Amino acid sequence: MEATALGIVIKAIIILAIISAIAGFGTYLERKVLAFMQRRLGPMHVGPYGLLQILADGIKLFTKEDIIPQNANRLIFGIAPAITAATAFIALAGVPVFPDFTIPEFIPLLGGTFVPSVAADINIGILFVLGMMAAGLYGPLLAGMAQANKWGIIGAARTAIQFLSYEVVTGLSILAPIMIVGSLSLVDFNNYSSDHAWLMFTQPVAFVLFLIAGFAETNRTPFDLLEHEAEVVSGYATEYSGMRWGMFFIGEYANMITISILAAVVFMGGYNDLFFLPGWLAVLLKISFVFFFMLWVRAAWPHVRPDQLMWLCWKVLMPIAVINVVVTGIVMMV
Amino acid sequence: MYEQIAFYLFSVLTVTLFLITVMSKNVLYAMTSLAAGMVLISGFFFILGADFLGVVQLIVYVGAVMALYSFAMMFFDATRNIKEKSTHPALVFGLGGMSALVLVMMFAAPLYSEKIQAFYPMHPEAGNAQDVGIVLFTKYLIPFEVAAVMLLVAMIAGIILAGKKMDVSFTQDLSVDDEIMKQKDAK
Repeated sequence: MEATALGIVIKAIIILAIISAIAGFGTYLERKVLAFMQRRLGPMHVGPYGLLQILADGIKLFTKEDIIPQNANRLIFGIAPAITAATAFIALAGVPVFPDFTIPEFIPLLGGTFVPSVAADINIGILFVLGMMAAGLYGPLLAGMAQANKWGIIGAARTAIQFLSYEVVTGLSILAPIMIVGSLSLVDFNNYSSDHAWLMFTQPVAFVLFLIAGFAETNRTPFDLLEHEAEVVSGYATEYSGMRWGMFFIGEYANMITISILAAVVFMGGYNDLFFLPGWLAVLLKISFVFFFMLWVRAAWPHVRPDQLMWLCWKVLMPIAVINVVVTGIVMMV
Repeated sequence: MYEQIAFYLFSVLTVTLFLITVMSKNVLYAMTSLAAGMVLISGFFFILGADFLGVVQLIVYVGAVMALYSFAMMFFDATRNIKEKSTHPALVFGLGGMSALVLVMMFAAPLYSEKIQAFYPMHPEAGNAQDVGIVLFTKYLIPFEVAAVMLLVAMIAGIILAGKKMDVSFTQDLSVDDEIMKQKDAK
């Protein structure tokens, strides 16, 4: 069925509403998961089991004083958080989240509208998502440079080296699956895994590399050197407070979800029906598992040093990724 | 209709942003507007139906080249205006304007006579990436390979220039500090 403009608008609203809600709820989940792993209870006081903590956090963020440092460049200082949030959500336009579905007829006004699996089904979806996430580096970068703070500058410099280096690994690791599937469209990836084995079994090396690089690109714990509290106070976000800081946070969580969706669609079979599970539930479980995995790693592993980060990227991960691409090519040709 | 609106919107925005890049005395404004202009240029590729090139523009220019520029910009104080030294502003203006004019005429001439024809027309059913790949690996194979060799040369040169003390960890080994001080004294 042909996707109508209305269907695409509905899809975009679904993505925006669900992802920004989950991104907020993700902070609660993160604190709870970390607490249980450290034998604590985590947030308990606001609402049952601390479920309303997110609401309290929201009120706190909105009512905090919005401080702009004296020597900061006010315009860029204000734009930077918006860049992070915007690029994170634009990247989501290119990923298929749920299967195609048609809104049932009994719902007034919208009944019978066909909602496609992906908001913008461009043929090069996977490159678009990676490119948009690459553009996301300007958020922390400009924030660090605009705030007239030495910690901020160090945070910005780390942003540039970390994101630039790990983009290489992400791109190379995902190149081997692209060669196997022979398409850059994420919908094709999903269709491929409906009648082949999941790519995480045929391309285990690429899967592990993609996850590691995904951690670095979303600024997750073994590699969260951009705002490493113990070293650079809060890195690029040192001078930010209130809602501006919240936008960085929402962008970061949206990026985590994008990486989770990419891992689920590319490597873990996407939104195809799994045994008795319907497709939408299967993909939700997969996405949640990758998201949980990110929190799990945060609880289990310490930070790395910046020089270890670069060593890992250029001397370990990138050569493995290149070898993986070459071996995949040889196997495909023979 | 929509394409025309989008085209004029993108052109006005791109030209404005690049004007800010040239005119602004603030490093931060110049850098931000240049990056934003690069993003908007990819919009032109999307309008033309060249999705692949649009995304390559995003990844290469916005994600990599501009990020390297901004890395270099960290050596400046981004919060202050830069005092530019321009000794012959009229000469620069004249030369820059002339070369821009020549460039526009070169590219506009075939369009004006409407004699331009695509040697390798697009195949909508095959997709953009395939078209680019076929042309790159048949007609333009040698330039493509030469560019690859050139990048390899640049990469090796970069590693040699930067990698003199690559096996020494600067955070662990304190004798490196002495070494750096010695090199400073030698200068």
